[in-house]
Amino acid sequence: MSEQLVEITVNGKTVSAKPGEMVIAAAERAGDFIPRFCYHPRMSSVGMCRQCLVEIDTGRGPMLQPSCMVPVAPGMTVDTQSETTKRAQEGILELLLANHPLDCPVCDKGGECPLQDQAFSHGPGESRYIEEKRHYEKPIEISSLIMLDRERCILCDRCTRFADEVAGDPLIHFVERGNATQVMTYPDEPFSSHFSGNTAQICPVGALTAKPYRFKARPWDLEQNNSTCTSCSVGCEISVHSSRDQVLRYQGIDNDDVNWGWLCDRGRFNFESIHAEGRIAEPLIKTADGHQAASWNSAMSITTDLLKGALESKGPSSIGVIGGARGTNEDAWAWAQLCSALGVDRHDPQLGDGMPAALLGMPRATIREMASASTVVLMAPDLKEELPVLYLRLRDAVVNGSTKIIEFTSTGSGLTRHAWRSVRHGAGDISTAVTETLAYAEVQAQLSSGPVVVIAGRSNLASSAELEFAAVQQLVASIDGATVLPALRRGNVVGALQAGLAPESPQHDSTSTLAAAAGGSIEVLVLLGCDPLADFPDRELAIAGLNGAGRVVSITGHMNASTVSADVVLPAAVMSEKAGSTTNLEGRVSSVSKKINTPGVARADWMIAVELADRLGSNLGVGSVEEISAQLASTGAEVGAVWSVPFELTSSETSVSSKGGYDIDLVVSRVMYDGGVATASSPSLAGLAQGRAVAVSPDVLEQLGISTGDMIRLVSERGSVELPVCRDDRLSRDTIWAAFGQPDRESGHGDVRALISSSAHVSRVRIERVS
Amino acid sequence: MARLTDANVSIAEEIIARYPRAKSALIPLLHLAQEQDGWVTDEAMRHIAELIGVTPAEVLGTGTFYEMFKFEPVGKYLINVCGTMSCALLGADDLMHAAEEELGIHEGGTTDDGMFTLHRAECQAACTEAPCLQVNYRFKFRATPVEVRQLISDLRSGRLDDEVPPHGTLARIRQHIPADRGVGAVDPADVTEPPAWISAASQGGAS
Repeated sequence: MSEQLVEITVNGKTVSAKPGEMVIAAAERAGDFIPRFCYHPRMSSVGMCRQCLVEIDTGRGPMLQPSCMVPVAPGMTVDTQSETTKRAQEGILELLLANHPLDCPVCDKGGECPLQDQAFSHGPGESRYIEEKRHYEKPIEISSLIMLDRERCILCDRCTRFADEVAGDPLIHFVERGNATQVMTYPDEPFSSHFSGNTAQICPVGALTAKPYRFKARPWDLEQNNSTCTSCSVGCEISVHSSRDQVLRYQGIDNDDVNWGWLCDRGRFNFESIHAEGRIAEPLIKTADGHQAASWNSAMSITTDLLKGALESKGPSSIGVIGGARGTNEDAWAWAQLCSALGVDRHDPQLGDGMPAALLGMPRATIREMASASTVVLMAPDLKEELPVLYLRLRDAVVNGSTKIIEFTSTGSGLTRHAWRSVRHGAGDISTAVTETLAYAEVQAQLSSGPVVVIAGRSNLASSAELEFAAVQQLVASIDGATVLPALRRGNVVGALQAGLAPESPQHDSTSTLAAAAGGSIEVLVLLGCDPLADFPDRELAIAGLNGAGRVVSITGHMNASTVSADVVLPAAVMSEKAGSTTNLEGRVSSVSKKINTPGVARADWMIAVELADRLGSNLGVGSVEEISAQLASTGAEVGAVWSVPFELTSSETSVSSKGGYDIDLVVSRVMYDGGVATASSPSLAGLAQGRAVAVSPDVLEQLGISTGDMIRLVSERGSVELPVCRDDRLSRDTIWAAFGQPDRESGHGDVRALISSSAHVSRVRIERVS
Repeated sequence: MARLTDANVSIAEEIIARYPRAKSALIPLLHLAQEQDGWVTDEAMRHIAELIGVTPAEVLGTGTFYEMFKFEPVGKYLINVCGTMSCALLGADDLMHAAEEELGIHEGGTTDDGMFTLHRAECQAACTEAPCLQVNYRFKFRATPVEVRQLISDLRSGRLDDEVPPHGTLARIRQHIPADRGVGAVDPADVTEPPAWISAASQGGAS
């Protein structure tokens, strides 16, 4: 590829442009803004709106050409301000406005509307159009999140292009032709894309609006702060918009390294949970009559006494800290310092649903390296469901680049249709699948054709992390120069692990701590913004652990299942209520900003740790978030940097037990919308969780003589549950799949976690008919 | 009627096999669906989407661009009376009035028995033969009101069954391309040689 720049002349100035760059982009860099509606730098040019017409002279005299469709050429002369250009742009705007309702005073876009702005800056000022305008039914619901007002639409093709090119969900399309052209879904098939909110953000008029923001504010009343989304560990850059101490929306910001301006719907809309009813505003102490509100002073005294009592009676091994992956780097650092000051070794930010911290000790890749790799090996959960914007980046690398995907999966995923090879394996056969796949000559040829990035995460919550990590290690060891992009899920899990909350050994991880608690040897169990009762895969162990722990201290923003019975509940600030930094899955540190105040007297996690340390006689020596940030920065965790710390690689025996009458592999993984607190307490998203069900192959349905919707009983060595069944053509007859953590909509639908045992490497079940 | 019948699915599969990319069969399959039911039903569009691996929205979007695909029921005979300049000057309105009177419906309507749908159409490229009309896209040139009435009565009685097939039938002989006679479905991405007509042109001829 030639790096030679092309020189063109824009309004008399000489401008250097990259070969292939469009005139509109080159002119903009040079400071000459050309008006546009359809052009979007992250999507292909289509020349739909014609607003960017300028006079371009390529040697045959100046001619009006759409600058978003004309690549720069040497010697080209562009005039963006000539009389002809001005008249052309005025003419186009007059036409675009001919059918536009001009209902700006009641339109959500008013004040930040490209059509409004450019009508002022480049429009003729008045219209000659006096005829009746086109009329359509006012906003129609094209999905449960997005409303479409076709009268306002100027047919720029941005939303439909996004759905097709970027998201890969072409569920909206232009229908009809000529004057009747409109954006539309198929009847009864809504625009239920995981990325639908982006269309409302990029719509250059008020045609597409997102329901959670409709009629909530005017843009000029909004205050904005740049921040980072922490719904998952991709770490998309966002702008937090608030008004009167209320967060009203998140908008994606184009970050070249991470999200390219896109957000997933879960990340975009779960800000609603910040203002949910379940928020805890003051410390709560459990009494005989339930939780009673208390002052910080008394709650902290009680917590201090609990910790002191445990340290004195049974030593630091009787204290366990679980969680911490939902906070900032500063929160994690302070808690790690507190643990180390007290000698507490039992701390783990993951809830038995991630991978060993040693994963971070492998040679690491960035998202950018992934997107330019020649091969990406997926041994990870379904990226489209768990790390949605990483899915967009990888999909782009495959569709528009030359990256090829080799996928290991038991169920298929959102990327299967883009995979060069999709290897299906039984839950326990992953290691064999790796060996066999790597033996193929064509696979070897592909792997040696260029850089290889392995995306590694926990693909099955019903299998053990050791089993899957062993396969990752085997894979990385077999491929020369392969690097790893960790697909761990929670917002700041990498930051928490690297800031010191990672367990030193498997004997200190969450599973061991809960087992110890179940055995009665944990005096104080601290839940750091987590809910093991809902999130820990082995449900029985979580219940036994919480019941067996002497005292439970929960530090959380929302009331949740594990908090309901906690002895002390300390109200925590959530994202957008505290400042600091966060670390995404590649290790990139970015800032999160405080935009609003906490409800009641809630505090950031780090403040609680600092005060507890002080009360326990081991001052951490920091008093502000800036001081902690400075401490972190000295270890490399500086905003903007890609931060990594060494972890020792461990290997463990992973022999899979025989089938013993349970012959079907259970695969459990997360989907985008579940019963988790961020989704469940966001009214717009809560209804999108699919509910409890188990998916089986059509063969199994036929064999049992049942059909979708019927109830079946699943029996494992651990327990049994009854669930409605649904058909999934992607599954083999030896594998069934269920979504993790789904809310119980109808009583009698069991929780699939009752089947999972954390002591087994693979969960196997048998299916029984419910008569 | 709804989805494509089993017989039509096998025809559809043959059509799909002609193209390097299944998506390319979209328009021929819409014709097939219209031939089956007289119009393109929602269920048929879903079925086509499944067959060629696109979303139903893409099928609808592409189909509705084309005037000749009907997405609501039309009569067995679709009468298009040309209303553009030449025909309008030479009596298109009279033809339309005669048809409306004979059929007992207004322009745009369909008779209760589902036999006829009457539309006014834009220029049908037969201005020298004005005024003209089409029945299921078969021309009637230099028509008079009397002839229109006669035409409708002939269609109604079945006297023209051999000449005018029901709406949706493009041709009564279906194209079959035996495998050994077809060029084969070669993915454009796999083609390295320039097409024959380019190499021929470069060897002389027009310069």
